[in-house]
Amino acid sequence: MSPNLLLVIVVGVLFAAGVTLLLERNLTRVILGITMLGNAVNLLILLGGGYGGPPIVGVTPEARMSDPLTQAMILTAIVITLGMTAFLLAMAYRSWLLNGHDDVQDDVEDRRIVQLAERDQGLADQDTADEPSAAGAGGQQ
Amino acid sequence: MTWLVPLPVIMPLLGAALTLLMRRRPNAQRAVSVTVLAATLAVTIMLLALTVNGETLTVAVGGWAPPLGIVLVADRLAALMLVVSAAVTLCVLIYSIGQGMTDREENTPVSVYHPAYLILTAGVTNAFLAGDLFNLYVGFEILLAASYVLITIGATKSRIRDGTTYVVVSLLSSLIFLTAIGLIYAATGTLNLAQLAGRLDALPDSLQLGLQGMLLLAFGIKAAVFPLSAWLPDSYPTAIAPVTAVFAGLLTKVGVYAIIRTQTLLFPDGPAATVLLVAALLTMLVGILGAVAQSDIKRLLSFTLISHIGYMLFGIGLASDVGLSGAIFYVVHHIIIQTTLFLAAGLIERQGGTTTLERLGGLAKLAPVLGVLFFLPALNLAGIPPFSGFLGKLGLLQAGVADGGILAWLLVAGSVVTSLLTLYAIGRVWNLAFWRTPRTATAPDADAVPGRGMSRLMVGSTVALVTLGTALTLISGPLFDVTSQAATELLDREPYVYAVFGEESP
Repeated sequence: MSPNLLLVIVVGVLFAAGVTLLLERNLTRVILGITMLGNAVNLLILLGGGYGGPPIVGVTPEARMSDPLTQAMILTAIVITLGMTAFLLAMAYRSWLLNGHDDVQDDVEDRRIVQLAERDQGLADQDTADEPSAAGAGGQQ
Repeated sequence: MTWLVPLPVIMPLLGAALTLLMRRRPNAQRAVSVTVLAATLAVTIMLLALTVNGETLTVAVGGWAPPLGIVLVADRLAALMLVVSAAVTLCVLIYSIGQGMTDREENTPVSVYHPAYLILTAGVTNAFLAGDLFNLYVGFEILLAASYVLITIGATKSRIRDGTTYVVVSLLSSLIFLTAIGLIYAATGTLNLAQLAGRLDALPDSLQLGLQGMLLLAFGIKAAVFPLSAWLPDSYPTAIAPVTAVFAGLLTKVGVYAIIRTQTLLFPDGPAATVLLVAALLTMLVGILGAVAQSDIKRLLSFTLISHIGYMLFGIGLASDVGLSGAIFYVVHHIIIQTTLFLAAGLIERQGGTTTLERLGGLAKLAPVLGVLFFLPALNLAGIPPFSGFLGKLGLLQAGVADGGILAWLLVAGSVVTSLLTLYAIGRVWNLAFWRTPRTATAPDADAVPGRGMSRLMVGSTVALVTLGTALTLISGPLFDVTSQAATELLDREPYVYAVFGEESP
């Protein structure tokens, strides 16, 4: 029972595309990326269950059934991904209402720290230029 | 008494359904939530009393036998975690009720809050009780889904911004976890933890390492282990105070619990222990250096949270009886203390109108009670004797010295430095916010609700948690007994497998 090569390739492509989209700034693209990753993982689990007929007693002989447990797990995973996608979409919409776009923004504190560092740099440059230094202004908290 | 085991999951879920139905009656909602969580606390205490003698309770949900069906397992470690989490969630709930009452629900839409909070509790308890990997995943998803709602409650601009980071990062970690589950199932044909314990050993080393790496990656993000921790200080501080408190106390520790469980049961002796130790050292140092640089109390506390996750990893990475026992003790201590500190930070925000150190001052005179409520857990966190933080760190240091390796000694040094720097960071908060002469012009933050004061319920629940955190010192002897027995049991692995499968162990 070797896995289906086509499905393996599809899983790989979905993973790659999903990760690429996840790296975008735009939340809508991130959502698409997460959906793709979710589908990739579901297919991966399906592949893990082996290749065979529908696991229904009386339809397929027992030896040739595929694993029903993986399919049950995928069902759970699909439901979870659906809920999360809905929440993310609501968030993207809210972000669009509030900001007019749905780009993921920089951390405010990070930006402040960068500004502090730039100011310190600027002060240090001034210090070397003219001696009366702005003592203590650099490490202002 | 096995019928007790599923109750900590079922009761909050039923409570959530009930509170959702009562969304127009806030008082009834409050009554239901408090009753449910108090009952959960009682049940978890009974579970701990039952398991503390070494009996492991298991329930096959729906009567389906273990390898195929879902099994819930309550051993010493799980029961201990359950009790602490139930106590903390109950206190935080009471705090949030106090806050909601003074705010007249302007900032906290109570109708969503209570169901989401109860579902969060159910997710946490489900993760602690899970006996198979997929159920652990479901537990994580339950608590994460609820946490997404809680962290963005009110949907203000800043909460949406910070919530986006949180949600996307959490989803990514869940997807990694799910991928690991798929691969583990493909490799072994089972997800039952007890069965995996035997089957994973049979796999080639490289494959084991790969699977272990994926699980560690997924749990590392959830537990905020450096370098996977950047999302935490970026997202926790903007939520409302009780939400931040319960997230900081519990959610990362669920990740730590998952690391403990999988490391000891599935991958007992792999090379990953070294990676864990290095990650522990970096988490401690980078985290605490971040805390020293912060000028906002909530962000500062978020960084100390990351840094102290390092202590737990230290204990897990040593993989010895003493180390693991120290790690479990530290988890218990840290859940309580970190939650208390965030609740105190919430009180500071209400009293001073902000949590920015630049604008706070003179709180020691304005609110002496608040001073005590912040000071005690802060000293506890920094590890001043005789508090439990000191005892926990001492346990870990002893374990490190007993190990004797170069890396272990480095970590011992790192732990001491981190402890000192924690004291420095906490001291800075104390000096600036409490002892400095008050600034006159204090423009409140946009999000803060100034002048509301602290209601009696908020102070009362914080006092309860401070007392609990301080009382850990008194019960530390018995607690260390329980943690060391739990550690021995975990490293032995046999009791867990035997409890799930009985005589016919696979």
